[in-house]
Amino acid sequence: MDLVLVWAALVALAMILYILLDGISLGVGLLFQTGADEKERNLMMESIAPVWDANQTWLVFGGGAIFAAFPVVYGVLCSALYLPLMTFIVGLIFRGVTFEFRAQSRGKKHWNQAFFYGSLIAVLSQGLTLGGILTGIKVSGGHFAGGAFDWLNPFSVMVGIALIPGYIMLGASYLVLKAAGPVQEKARRAARWSGMAVLGFMAVVTVWTPFHYPLVWANWFSAPRIYFVWIFPLLGLISAILLVKSLKSGKEGMPLICSINLFLSGYFGLATSMYPYAIPPTVTLYEAAAQPETLLFTLWGAVIVLPIVMAYIVYSYTVFRGKVSHEGYYGSGD
Amino acid sequence: MAEFFSDPVALSRLQFAVTTMFHILFPVLTIGLAVYLAAVEILWLIKKEEIYYRMYRFWVKIFAINFGVGVVSGILLEFQFGTNFSRFSQAVANVFSPLLAYEGMTAFFLEAGFLGIMLFGWKRVPRGVHLLATCLVAFGGVLSAFWIMAANSWMQTPAGYRLADGQFFVTSFTAAILNPSFPVRLSHMVIASFEATLFAISGISAYFLLKGKEPRFYRRSLGVALILAAFFAPLQVLIGDLNGLVVFRHQPAKLAGMEAHWETNTKGGAPFAVVAWPSMKEERNLFEVAVPNGLSLLVTRSLDGKVEGLKEFAPENRPNSLILFWTFRFMVAIGFLFLFIMILAGYLWRRGRLFESRNFLRTLVLIQPLGFIATELGWITTEMGRQPWLVYNVMRVSEGISPIPPGNVVWSLALFLVIFPILLASYFYYVFKTLLGGPDLQTPIPPIQRPAGMLALRARDGEGGKN
Repeated sequence: MDLVLVWAALVALAMILYILLDGISLGVGLLFQTGADEKERNLMMESIAPVWDANQTWLVFGGGAIFAAFPVVYGVLCSALYLPLMTFIVGLIFRGVTFEFRAQSRGKKHWNQAFFYGSLIAVLSQGLTLGGILTGIKVSGGHFAGGAFDWLNPFSVMVGIALIPGYIMLGASYLVLKAAGPVQEKARRAARWSGMAVLGFMAVVTVWTPFHYPLVWANWFSAPRIYFVWIFPLLGLISAILLVKSLKSGKEGMPLICSINLFLSGYFGLATSMYPYAIPPTVTLYEAAAQPETLLFTLWGAVIVLPIVMAYIVYSYTVFRGKVSHEGYYGSGD
Repeated sequence: MAEFFSDPVALSRLQFAVTTMFHILFPVLTIGLAVYLAAVEILWLIKKEEIYYRMYRFWVKIFAINFGVGVVSGILLEFQFGTNFSRFSQAVANVFSPLLAYEGMTAFFLEAGFLGIMLFGWKRVPRGVHLLATCLVAFGGVLSAFWIMAANSWMQTPAGYRLADGQFFVTSFTAAILNPSFPVRLSHMVIASFEATLFAISGISAYFLLKGKEPRFYRRSLGVALILAAFFAPLQVLIGDLNGLVVFRHQPAKLAGMEAHWETNTKGGAPFAVVAWPSMKEERNLFEVAVPNGLSLLVTRSLDGKVEGLKEFAPENRPNSLILFWTFRFMVAIGFLFLFIMILAGYLWRRGRLFESRNFLRTLVLIQPLGFIATELGWITTEMGRQPWLVYNVMRVSEGISPIPPGNVVWSLALFLVIFPILLASYFYYVFKTLLGGPDLQTPIPPIQRPAGMLALRARDGEGGKN
């Protein structure tokens, strides 16, 4: 078995799980301003309170896995994307501590703002980070060789902005499932416009990238990828249409499934454009990987831990399934 | 000053130090409190006295607030190896990164698996399962420390690797993890966490006893904390002594720095400086009060054992003795103070005045932050003592930093200096609020938790429980 590919798959899995699961939480954070009063905001908060913590740990796992399995990727990306990455984590910290602190305080105004702005900063800088990777990174002798602002360009700014409707779509679809009443109604509207915005942005990216990046052009329009690469835009288009339809017909679970599919289509599309490069446009997965002994040693931990964590996540979503009530998980403590 | 802001090495070091010193406060309490809670829950299951259940429910609130801040500040550290020390990270990854990855997976496992039951599972799981969850969370905390101390100790006393073209390759993970300084440093850190937490709990309980609030509740909280501390305070002094021997054997320059010891003793023993003011520039102590042969006796166990002085090492390979000497002295002083307090506690307990002596209670209130301060001081000693090396005697700090402009670090450091005080202030605000709110002695115990033959709080309550 090829250890490098196994680890690439594990890292890809951790990343998409982080993007989808914490994306939902960040999306709810972005929608937080639409709450009319504390009651509505409590409802939104409590829809993610029991699960956000475990969701965020995929980032911890992903970071550790990249460091252990692809140290060159870890070192180069962290240096190259220093500014957006650090800002991203600071946004996450603010967002993260809000859960406990807001629940504890009587005047919630400041923590409401911390929650919204923390989420917004995290999403924007996450988008800039992603945009910076897609733009390509200057590497020489296995180390970053570019400047502090290489990640900042029209393309990465667009990706940063595109991620806002993207996560709003995820968060809103989730609230359609988890909430009732006015919160659900507002979420339905938000899901509709953000879904269409996402489709628009994805169309722009799909056209923009191959023309600007020779690597992507070559990857898409040559065998064997040319035979299946068209599937991803098509899947995205179908998901967006179904999303709008399901929102109109009042379905509650379908919008979330469609939103997730829309994200998956974009994710797999990007993965196809980038493979076999770990850092576009020069460093491949194999060049970036750690020595086989390290890959194997770390794999043992992943093999033991991951199934347990997966089972637990399924379990916790089952326990907290159904609509969120106004009683909430905080405060009762039981 | 302008020089400092254009020096990426100094800036990155400062940033890592600030982040670590902020972060470490939280895991220390997480590890210690989890063990305290496990002890309380075991007492609850064995003795079936309601007061232990109430104690658990009270102290676990602090645990929950603390855990959250610890997790989010830990994420920062995980990424700083790459953002600020990418050359180091890429060079040592084969040996070093799995240890961090395992820590991540351990914390992940713990958080995803058992913390939920510990905090929210009272109505849903039976007593035995809940105790198991608490014990696993406590075990997970120690396991996290295991991996972090393995990684850090490897930087202090590297083993299990070979070098080729500046790249580290692993030859044995067992040797890398069980590197020479690891066992004793892990013990030192874990016991420090226990001690810091137990003296914090003691101080808080003593405060409320002095105020006359819930005397029965806080007496029992204090009692359990002191019994545990009576075990760990002397143990820490012994482990600390062993730690000194390991430093002497494997990091002689660090030891010489910690002891402000400049000249290798050729005839007769090396003196132990009780107080000194070492000057790096003049290569001597401007002032010192020393015990003859003391240092030789301490680290070689003989009156005239040879101890290498700082001058044996090239000036660019010396750690800063002034900082090491004093951070180390204060840490040791706190360790001995704790030991002395426990001897005093034993004496008062034999005379039946442990909870009556207001002066003793006041002392406990005063010393409660000292365990955390000692932990910070110890980390400063050990990390500054590793300088100028990142990997001891193999890779310098200046060779390990990221190829980034210093402005990047100024930006993130500024962000941290804004958010850390806000976080710390909010944290203390909510912790104090929770503490002042006092224990909840009223809410009925969920039926699934109630054992047969339970001793209710009121029934045995001579002094009146909740007034």
